[in-house]
Amino acid sequence: MNGEPLLRFVDVSKVYPLPAGDVVALDHVSLTVEHGEFIAVMGPSGSGKSTLLNMMGCLDVPTRGKIYLSGQEISGMSDDDLTRLRRDHIGFIFQQFNLIPLLSAVENVEFPLVLKTGRTESRQRAVEVLRMMHLDDALFSHKPGELSGGEQQRVAIARALVNDPDLLLCDEPTGNLDTKTGMAIMEILATENREGKTIVMVTHDPGVAAYARRTIRIVDGRVA
Amino acid sequence: MLFIDLSVRNLRRHKVRSFLATVGIIIGVVAIASLGIMGSSLSTLVGGMVSDVSDTILVTPHLAASSGDPFDPRNTLAASVSTKNVALIEKAAGQHRTVPMILASDRLRVRDTSGYATIYAMPAADIPFLLEREAGLYPQGRSSGVMVGSLLADELNLHPGSRIEVGGESVRVVGVAAERGMGIDINPDYAVIVTEDWYTERHGERDYSRVVVKVSDLSAIEDVKAAIDQQINRRKEVVDVLDSREILELYYETLDAMNIFLLGIGGVSLLVASVSILNVMIISVTERTAEIGLMRSIGARKREVLRMFLYESLILGVIGSIIGGIISAAVACYASASVGDLFADFAVTGEAGIPVSVVIGYVAFAMAFGIGTSIVAGFYPAWKAAQLNPIEALRYE
Repeated sequence: MNGEPLLRFVDVSKVYPLPAGDVVALDHVSLTVEHGEFIAVMGPSGSGKSTLLNMMGCLDVPTRGKIYLSGQEISGMSDDDLTRLRRDHIGFIFQQFNLIPLLSAVENVEFPLVLKTGRTESRQRAVEVLRMMHLDDALFSHKPGELSGGEQQRVAIARALVNDPDLLLCDEPTGNLDTKTGMAIMEILATENREGKTIVMVTHDPGVAAYARRTIRIVDGRVA
Repeated sequence: MLFIDLSVRNLRRHKVRSFLATVGIIIGVVAIASLGIMGSSLSTLVGGMVSDVSDTILVTPHLAASSGDPFDPRNTLAASVSTKNVALIEKAAGQHRTVPMILASDRLRVRDTSGYATIYAMPAADIPFLLEREAGLYPQGRSSGVMVGSLLADELNLHPGSRIEVGGESVRVVGVAAERGMGIDINPDYAVIVTEDWYTERHGERDYSRVVVKVSDLSAIEDVKAAIDQQINRRKEVVDVLDSREILELYYETLDAMNIFLLGIGGVSLLVASVSILNVMIISVTERTAEIGLMRSIGARKREVLRMFLYESLILGVIGSIIGGIISAAVACYASASVGDLFADFAVTGEAGIPVSVVIGYVAFAMAFGIGTSIVAGFYPAWKAAQLNPIEALRYE
């Protein structure tokens, strides 16, 4: 750590040009995310939460303003460089779990590691991370379709953690789970944060947001 | 390996779809290879019939209606080249060897079988020059011995020493000519070959039916042709002078055109197959849009996505081409045999089989074409997949 915040948004705007007129998804947003934070991003639908998360995850670049990830400006980067940043420094957790249906649980976890190292013998590390998620060994070889929602989300979290990212981005991680399972997933995330992982999480649910130590509210593309 | 594995699994997940796309490639490859082989087999067959006479100039009596085709049946009409003209041809041919011959037909009887056979009569010294010997001796002078063509000998079980009846007279077979195939100068395989003396002794002096000039140097063909024309045809068309090279070229041109046409038909079927691959791949990319978005967002680069989908079409192409190649090789054997059969009735010696190298060549060509087509067909969908915006792709339902 070089004193730089993990993530810094400087006057960031995102405008989507549409035939009916430009849509401003983010409007002059400035914020920082320090190492080790657990942040909940809240706001009504269409307020720009997802756009903010996509920018943090280097999936999108701003129309105006600058974004720094560990002091590195990302706006001018090539698609390949952005992809590499996502692969090596960011973990994504989605509401729909988004596991690859053709791959088994353990292969899903291995996937980002294989992308990073180019090696297929990454089984050891994948198994290790899956066990940290308290997933039964017997389920490792199951395809996503054969797992419950909670099990799928554990696999997805393991996949997000396998490359030991600096930042974990969660988009409604409990949105498709019952309350009890959702709580269990949040416990896992809270534990990861206590062990030093930086987490930014978009959620509607105040109960889920309560796990975070800071909340950013977005309304009409602005930080409220 | 990971992406190949994913491609294989996706193809397995949609077995019927993959199978049908593969069938398309199989049909295309088989079509190209077998049509190519069949064309080439025909080429070899006809080539075998006529290729040994490229050094030949054929001088035949001029027929007003002659088409200039040496195989035209009108060429057998009674007409002749006079002894005087033969002398002029010899003069024009210079050092190149001139063989005047009489073509006749007579009743042939061997034991209980009888029918008509072609008789070639030519100077005794020219027989060894034109014909190879399979067994026995060449006929000499006025002696009663005759030579028979190889296939006639096979069919009637003749060998040196056998007796046959030619025109009611019993004569002894002294030799069997080696198989020679169809030529524009002489087709001896089903014929009886006798010396000119033998023939004139029985039928009286006669003019010649045709004169064959064998050119020792192929580049001299044009000059010799012109010289013969100059000597004899100055005032009036008396003889037709045919150059076998021209005829051969015409044959090969026609056969080449046919070959290309046949390959074209095969190409069209492969084109259809490639459209089916294109279709399958577009469906595959559309179905997996969200998955592509996910892969891109967790760190798969564009070229890795491109590769994954290219592998799919490549696998379809390779499997289809291998199966198609095996089927083509089998079809090739059958096809070349049946082409041989087809021609066996009138083209006596055609080599029915074609060289293994030609078969391998066409099969390899068709397989390469099949694989190439699959890659080309798969490229557009793969490229589309790689260009997907990860955010939009992730949202795709």
